[in-house]
Amino acid sequence: MAKIVFEEPDGTERAIDIANGQSIMEGAVRNGIVGIDADCGGACSCATCMVYVPEEWLGRLPAKDSTEQSMLEFCPHVQANSRLSCQIQVSDALDGLRLKVPQSQQ
Amino acid sequence: MADPLVIIGAGQAASQLMASLAQDGFAGEVCLVGDEPHLPYQRPPLSKKFLAGELALDRLYVKPAAFYEKAGSHLLLGRRAERIDRSGRSVLLADGSRLTYSTLVLATGSRPRELPLPGAFYLRNIADVDAIRPRLAPGKSLVVIGGGYIGLELAAVAVKLGVGVTVLEQAPRLMARGVGPVVSQFYARLHGEEGVVIHTGSVVCGLAGKRVVCEHAQYDADIVVVGAGAVPNVELAREAGLAVEDGIVVDAECRTDDASIYAIGDCTSQHHDLVGRRLRLESVHNALEQARIAAAAICGRKPPAVQVPWFWTDQFDVKMQMAGLSAGHDQAVVRGNPDTGRSFAVFYLREGTLIAVDAVNRAPEFMMSKQLIAERAKIDPARLGDEGVAMKDMRN
Ligand SMILES: Cc1cc2nc3c(=O)[nH]c(=O)nc-3n(C[C@H](O)[C@H](O)[C@H](O)COP(=O)(O)OP(=O)(O)OC[C@H]3O[C@@H](n4cnc5c(N)ncnc54)[C@H](O)[C@@H]3O)c2cc1C
Ligand code: FES
Repeated sequence: MAKIVFEEPDGTERAIDIANGQSIMEGAVRNGIVGIDADCGGACSCATCMVYVPEEWLGRLPAKDSTEQSMLEFCPHVQANSRLSCQIQVSDALDGLRLKVPQSQQ
Repeated sequence: MADPLVIIGAGQAASQLMASLAQDGFAGEVCLVGDEPHLPYQRPPLSKKFLAGELALDRLYVKPAAFYEKAGSHLLLGRRAERIDRSGRSVLLADGSRLTYSTLVLATGSRPRELPLPGAFYLRNIADVDAIRPRLAPGKSLVVIGGGYIGLELAAVAVKLGVGVTVLEQAPRLMARGVGPVVSQFYARLHGEEGVVIHTGSVVCGLAGKRVVCEHAQYDADIVVVGAGAVPNVELAREAGLAVEDGIVVDAECRTDDASIYAIGDCTSQHHDLVGRRLRLESVHNALEQARIAAAAICGRKPPAVQVPWFWTDQFDVKMQMAGLSAGHDQAVVRGNPDTGRSFAVFYLREGTLIAVDAVNRAPEFMMSKQLIAERAKIDPARLGDEGVAMKDMRN
């Protein structure tokens, strides 16, 4: 399990516990984190589950595959530190991760 | 206290509606009525990872029970709505109880089109998967009637489980309703390479025990599953005298012709600017988008901008993402080679304007096209077909 902190679009910070094996997106949606739309439910088909990852965490996350990479390239608010949260499985190693949610997924 | 907002049908549209209502600041009571024994769940995995046994049941649920039962909300599962009484603003449930509403939302979805084939299975619900999956054992034989995306996804999962799979499609090509001929041909090749036997132009006449009888051939099967499209659940609306065409007729805000009744998701028919006519869409995106629009309308907020419709299907290692609506195209442009490998895209244009794309393992083509279709962009077909021009540079 990992405690992950989300900064929602209006600046609100919320910490939630997500079980190992679930994706970050699943944890966020179930806990009603604002701004994670996740329209395809984790199929890496919609790119509406994007989050910004702090510099120091980027290298500690499992790597992107080519689909995630190309989906991200075309996201309207993409930054170098963007990830699709449905593509990151939670493990104990992610405890303490802080993520910022974009203003909009569109 | 004011009567609650009542939602009939506890699927993905209903779940998103409740989430969006909460976000839009809806203060009233909400009552969600669904006839399945489950919390709202995602159907796409039913013919993909959940069917394959790669996704646990609890991961299908969109939200935990607590989400639907917080202050002022009630969840009535396993309960069927039988009738709407518009003058009394109430809904009669099958168990005889009655719910009065201030606002009513119909989110009844669709159901499989049934064929007169006793003993055949269908794939729509968790219960259907529970019935089908134990029969997909190695060495067994499966006949899928209907080569649409659900039938083909099922075929892909089953053949990987070691089942002998035959797909019978009456049209001359696969997924004919949704994609162009180039894409149909590709899927016929893909399934062939993976060991699925496909017969197009095969009209099924009947099912005799475990034998599927076609006009010119017969196929023995341990299990027969029909995937012949869906019909919208519009009976409640029709009996209540609401306007129904191919689906429940709704305006741009998802309101029916009764101002206190909305309809969202698979059961609706709505005008789409992209094609200039009324259309019923069966997709997760449509269900979520209409839920967001209806929530905004109910809360008196500005609705979110309408997006380009899109859809996906996963078969074997191939993800196809489709955006736009290709009906009425006058030109199709292929990018990449559909005859070898598993990655290409087909763009559909009308009078030079990009209106749709089928992107096979081509995320950039899908993502960029979604933007270009929304912009009603005119794109040089030669550039679309030229792999030397990056998708990012496709805006003329
Ligand atoms: C196997 C399968 C695979 C799919 N794959 C994809 C995909 O890859 N991508 C995609 O975009 N879409 C896919 N879809 C389509 C997508 O799942 C639907 O478009 C979506 O579920 C529609 O949501 P909905 O809420 O409108 O309807 P539903 O999810 O059908 O929910 C409606 C609910 O209302 C209930 N109901 C109906 N009448 C009553 C009543 N009178 N009283 C009480 N309850 C009632 C129904 O039983 C049902 O539970 C797939 C569908 C299936 C079946
Ligand atoms: S939820 Fe659709 S890409 Fe992540």
